[in-house]
Amino acid sequence: MNRPAHWDESGSVEFVSFVAGGQSFCIEITQIREIRRWTPVTALPHADSAVLGVINLRGAVIPIVDLAQQLGLGTSEATVRHVVIVVAIGTQTVGLLVDSVSEILAVAVDTICDAPPMSKGVDSDCIIGLVSVEDEMSRVLALDAVLPRALEDVA
Amino acid sequence: MSADNLKAMFFVECEELLESLGEGLQTMEDGEADSETLHAIFRAVHSIKGTAGAFGFDTLVTFTHHYETVLDLIRSDQLEADGDILRLLLRSSDILADLVELARSEDSGRPEAMDSVLESLIEISKHHGDDPGEDEAQSADVDLTFEPVAFSPLSLDDGPPAGALRYRIRFEPGTSFFRNGHDLGQILAELEKAGPVTVTADSATLPLLSDFDPGECHLAWDIEIETEATEAELLDAFMFLEEFCKVSELGPVAGGLPDLGGGLPDLDPLPEAAPAAELPAEPAAPEPEAPSPPRKTDPGRAAPEPAAAEPQKRADPAGATGGATPKQPMLRVDPERVDRLINTVGELIINQAVISQRIVEAGFDSNSDLMGDLDDFQHLAREIQEGVMAIRAQPVKPLFQRMQRIVRETVDALGKDVTLVTEGENTEVDKTLVERLADPLTHMIRNAVDHGIERREIRAQAGKPEKGTIRLAAAHRSGHVQIEISDDGAGVNRPRVFEKAVEKGLIPADAKLSDGEIDNLLFMPGFSTAAEVTNLSGRGVGMDVVKTAISALGGRVAISSMPGKGTTFTISMPLTLAVMDGMVVHICGETMVVPLASIVETIRPRPDDIKPIGRDGRLLFIRGTYVPIASLSRMLGLLRQGGDSDGGVFVLVRSESDDLVALAVDDISDQRQVVIKSLEGNYGAIPGISAATILGDGRVALIIDTEAILSQVRRAGAEAAQHKEMFHEQASALG
Repeated sequence: MNRPAHWDESGSVEFVSFVAGGQSFCIEITQIREIRRWTPVTALPHADSAVLGVINLRGAVIPIVDLAQQLGLGTSEATVRHVVIVVAIGTQTVGLLVDSVSEILAVAVDTICDAPPMSKGVDSDCIIGLVSVEDEMSRVLALDAVLPRALEDVA
Repeated sequence: MSADNLKAMFFVECEELLESLGEGLQTMEDGEADSETLHAIFRAVHSIKGTAGAFGFDTLVTFTHHYETVLDLIRSDQLEADGDILRLLLRSSDILADLVELARSEDSGRPEAMDSVLESLIEISKHHGDDPGEDEAQSADVDLTFEPVAFSPLSLDDGPPAGALRYRIRFEPGTSFFRNGHDLGQILAELEKAGPVTVTADSATLPLLSDFDPGECHLAWDIEIETEATEAELLDAFMFLEEFCKVSELGPVAGGLPDLGGGLPDLDPLPEAAPAAELPAEPAAPEPEAPSPPRKTDPGRAAPEPAAAEPQKRADPAGATGGATPKQPMLRVDPERVDRLINTVGELIINQAVISQRIVEAGFDSNSDLMGDLDDFQHLAREIQEGVMAIRAQPVKPLFQRMQRIVRETVDALGKDVTLVTEGENTEVDKTLVERLADPLTHMIRNAVDHGIERREIRAQAGKPEKGTIRLAAAHRSGHVQIEISDDGAGVNRPRVFEKAVEKGLIPADAKLSDGEIDNLLFMPGFSTAAEVTNLSGRGVGMDVVKTAISALGGRVAISSMPGKGTTFTISMPLTLAVMDGMVVHICGETMVVPLASIVETIRPRPDDIKPIGRDGRLLFIRGTYVPIASLSRMLGLLRQGGDSDGGVFVLVRSESDDLVALAVDDISDQRQVVIKSLEGNYGAIPGISAATILGDGRVALIIDTEAILSQVRRAGAEAAQHKEMFHEQASALG
């Protein structure tokens, strides 16, 4: 699996781990702009079903993507208990709807396992590594592989 | 300040200077040039040359040098600026603009036509410049690389210098001379090139040792030089320090002409200078500030003006302003700062809306003081916003000047005879719009010359003046800016357009189109009408690219054409890209905004006025006409719970092409100014939606793209028609 170039084999990386569609995922902390409470969205016409709509983030209009649905893990029925992780992908700012945010992990790069080739039904492009957290496993998301599909279709 | 900053400033200056150059040449072309115009032109070129030399832009220096020489000949009445010369001057200004552009991009290339133009310039200066110093200076510029100092052979208007003269230059550079990094040695070395120099240091102001600061300069110098060079040339050696110099002429070295006519106004007549400046009427040493009497004796010449202009240039060593007429000082601001301010003001407007909404919700009486204060706040916020927008506003003049150039180039390439008449050049538009309009306008102007204006012979046959005219006009129209490009050419060749559209499969061969519809075919993608593909236009990207570019700016373009009379394209654009007036509507529980500019009226019709048509079409009967109804909820895919919720209120909108459509909405709540937020940055374009905005409650509302909705309605109609035809064909095939 292709690891990001800035991962230094001898160093460590910080992740934010969270739950979406019942599974644990993590995103590198440097890609995250902020974490906020779910607020109602304005629906967009002709949008992919995983794109819930847009919200106002201090004057910028950003789309909100249901991450679980985007990963094929079923739809989330957003409530006030849900959380939006605002991430930056290139020049785009996008909000990801997730169930809850768990913790910040500092992981030594050499302990990150490559994701094994997977059986069908799993989109392995989206996962660039696996991190063990105590007894649990968290999946490292490749944001640029996860999101453009939802956002580019319309353009 | 770093060298890069200085360079950036140089290019900003160049832009201004090129603009005043273009303006001046335009005035000359119109035959309204006075000597002041000529000086402004000369100064612009001269200033570019001076600073370009300091930065080592050699090509630029060489070119401006020859350009300036010719301009100087015109300025001193040695050369008549007739048609050919004027054309050469215009071409030269185009090349100068190219050169500046190349220098900016640090490209060492040369504009294609430069060599031939340069040759013509040199040719002219050779023929007319009977100045002995001329050739010398020209050969000098070949070996000199980046010292512009010796390149100014004719900066003065006293004609050819009469032999060698003695000058005294009093140079008092002030205490910061060394600290600013200047070097007297270099200046003197430069002066010595012009002739033998005698230097005397004046240590009169040297302080006592206890007060002496070795970093400061307390000296002054008296420099005497015998030279054939003119005063201006000498001063060139003092680049950027001219203001510290006082030059006095001490008279001829050996038997030159004693009467030097229009003596220099800023001469500092030392007693020894008197013989030179003296006139019979004024035997006594003239007063230092009395330059006019000698000039009065010489009223026929243009000399007074240039003489007056010279000291002004000296006071402004970098030549930054380029115009002698008192210009209001301009503020140069980093555009990013303005953008930040605009964003903040946008937030302020949203915030103000939020507060208003909260206060209304809190149940305050509408007559209460608080509501009055709130109104004031709203008023102020709007005023600030308008003020900030005005900072970004720029006249379209530079854009129009560029179009002059496009016309010149196109005309040259096609051998047609066309003038571009511009109107409303001072109409102000948002800076971004000015910049982004350049490409579409260029394309349209080229089209107008190439396809619009007929060849000379044909025009003559049609009884039109041989010279074609293209009119480019800008004006403000109710919150919009309107730009019209009209030509007096042949008009749209409708049969040809129709034929071509059929050929390209854009329309069925038996389609019945109105004249307006045929004209609008020009905007269809992939349509190019030129019978022969020229290298100027007709690269297959025709007017549809123009239309797309203008739509991207929130504008509309329309065409109207009269066979044999000409074609007019009308571009209508919002004044700014940041704010607009909109009507807040509700559709299926969503709040949306319809641009107020396109709304004709809102109506709540009687049920009988809505007539069904076809399977699911509906028409609204209003004052004797039927208008198609667009169900926004269906078109935007908002009908999630099913059921047709619309039918409450209709918003009648009119397109640029004058079509009407009734948008069905549930409810109308408000009319307000909204701040436009792009969706494309973080998401992408959505059909039927032009942008988003943020409402008083902090929620995002989408802005409806009425034009897109209209074309969707039109397309749906066309598809239905095709569908019907297919059905008929199938039926007949079966039958």
